[in-house]
Amino acid sequence: MAYVAVKGGEQAIDHAHAWLAEERRGDTAIPELSLAQIDGQLGRSVDRAMGEGSLYDRELAALAVKQAQGDLIEAAFLLRAYRTTLPRFAHSSPVDTSDMRIRRRISAVFKDLPGGQVLGPTYDYTHRLLDLELAHDSGGATPKCHDPMTAMPRVPDILRREGLMEPDGDGATEPGDLTRQPLAFPASRDVRLQALARGDEGFLLALGYSTQRGYGGTHPFAGEIRMGEVAVEIEPPELGFAIDIGDILVTECQMVNQFKGSKTVPPQFTRGYGLVFGFSERKAMAMALVDRAMRAEELGEEVTAPAQTVEFVLYHADNIEATGFVEHLKLPHYVDFQSELENVRRMRREHETSPPPAGGGLGEGAVRTLVNR
Amino acid sequence: MSASIDLPGFADPVTEAQATFRAVLDAMARPGTIHRAGQHLAAPAPLDGATAAVLLTLVDHETPLWLDAEAAPARDWLAFHCGAVLVPEPDTACFAVALSLPDLARFSAGSHEAPEVSATVVLQVPALASGTRYRLSGPGLREPEELSVTGLPPWFITQWQQNRTLFPRGLDVILCAGTMLAALPRSVSIEEG
Amino acid sequence: MPDALPPDRSKTPRQRWMAVLARADADAVQARLGDVPRYTVLRGPEPGLVMVRGRTGGGGAPFNLGEMTATRCTVRTDTGLVGHAYVAGRNERLAELAALADALLQDPVQQPALLRQVIEPLAELQEARRAEIAAKAAATRVQFFAMRNMRA
Repeated sequence: MAYVAVKGGEQAIDHAHAWLAEERRGDTAIPELSLAQIDGQLGRSVDRAMGEGSLYDRELAALAVKQAQGDLIEAAFLLRAYRTTLPRFAHSSPVDTSDMRIRRRISAVFKDLPGGQVLGPTYDYTHRLLDLELAHDSGGATPKCHDPMTAMPRVPDILRREGLMEPDGDGATEPGDLTRQPLAFPASRDVRLQALARGDEGFLLALGYSTQRGYGGTHPFAGEIRMGEVAVEIEPPELGFAIDIGDILVTECQMVNQFKGSKTVPPQFTRGYGLVFGFSERKAMAMALVDRAMRAEELGEEVTAPAQTVEFVLYHADNIEATGFVEHLKLPHYVDFQSELENVRRMRREHETSPPPAGGGLGEGAVRTLVNR
Repeated sequence: MSASIDLPGFADPVTEAQATFRAVLDAMARPGTIHRAGQHLAAPAPLDGATAAVLLTLVDHETPLWLDAEAAPARDWLAFHCGAVLVPEPDTACFAVALSLPDLARFSAGSHEAPEVSATVVLQVPALASGTRYRLSGPGLREPEELSVTGLPPWFITQWQQNRTLFPRGLDVILCAGTMLAALPRSVSIEEG
Repeated sequence: MPDALPPDRSKTPRQRWMAVLARADADAVQARLGDVPRYTVLRGPEPGLVMVRGRTGGGGAPFNLGEMTATRCTVRTDTGLVGHAYVAGRNERLAELAALADALLQDPVQQPALLRQVIEPLAELQEARRAEIAAKAAATRVQFFAMRNMRA
């Protein structure tokens, strides 16, 4: 690819941006959206922008959603760009999802699991009928129950007591970081999980769906989904002890899959894991499905489907990279295209002077040109 | 917590860090030339202004730091102002601070795949622009450059020649004295003269 | 089921007050601190990032989940107390107030009054907010009465 510097569009660009700003604001007779309104009333958009922007800050994400006119990939892009301007102080201790302050916690494998099924603010069981009342003001008090919540053990831990679940594995290694080292293969599971956590929800949803439809199928069960706030703890060197810096809302999914076992491992359940910023259940579930699919090689399963192909998944999960490469096609390719034009004109001349052999098809020159590209 | 964190870092972090980064960049680009840094910094003993400024600019919690025994009294200041994570062994350090020439072979020289991850040694010497004269040549220098340094031992030249044979792997050295600094990138060739 | 209870998050008094201050509202901290002594800012307040980690499977090897914004500040009172703060988000005023409160709370003479006037009321507010969310969640807990009745 080659690009040429183009001058002379400056005024047109300024005017285009001015129009964009006007369009973004819309009719000035209508009150402007505040960031608190966006966070409060379009919270799932804010969650998605934070997850794919890989930056937890509700106010900034609301600003990004506003600036991007609700285009969530553009909003995530704005957050990714913003984070590069800030120094990193520390990394947190791994958040403890077993100590989550639960807003929602369900299991599709145990009805009467300890701690119970807590539905939380879910769309499940709504009838997906447009609520015309919502076109006007809405609101109302939420019922409360002051019976204390009981302990909610993680479903994998329940299965592990019988030895039916694979262990979580070693907890000591220093994880790779895609924001510091470029993606390299083979990619370890920690790097894969980071890539999935910031990956595009639509892409992961489609891949997860493909595994259910038989492309690398593993017959998954939603072992547990939990959503709520977890404390974030860091250990600054000048203090020498850990401190809480606040809480973040996360969604976790434990997808349980049967595993027939191998020569060394008895039959048991294995897992795919999903953890994402905000209340992003669909993303957490899709992430867990794709995480499990990408473990095919590790678990001795045949790698046949896109979701099991680690390079394919990780190279295409990031929507900022994807949008950059797809949308770069808008940039001037005048020189590239000039050479293409000359090529096609030459091929047409050759075609006219020496028609292809019987049976048709492309001339040899054209084939060589295509191969050379 | 020792009292040394009471000394502030850069008064104007953005401007001063940028100015110091520029000084290091220019020093690396033209080996042997002398640049200024840390003129307005109250550096913690035993570090000089230039040494402290370079560390404030380049070191953070993601770049493990090794201190030689003489530099160790500055550890709390560095932990606080840089967020530096101190490592006991030189081979895992990204940056090293030394007040006398350490054995350069003990530091990471990077890999052929990623030579840029090698260590950078910030070596504080008693004086620059006076003392033993060295003749520098190589990339960045149209003509050989002279640099005078006080406090390098005679075996420095041998160590440096060893370092050069590793190229593209190898260490880079930043020499600091007072508020002056000069750089010896791995590509430079050094002779006494 | 004792092994299912959340792990012990017991904290030292300083860890506890820092945790409360990190989650507090800047106006509330300022109002409760009242008149403050003179102090010098040693560092910040500066905004930055913390890389949040999770664990594979919830309990295994750590991985990098994504970053969050955080603001830090360090102050020294004229009496020589040094206070630190790291708070989620980009509220520089909160970081500075939290660092100041951390410094003052380390003075054994002032500590009991500050805990009473600043930390405990803020902690109660935070606990009330958590309890409200927990009560809403508890109201959505499924009680499988129908199933039990059918079996009975």
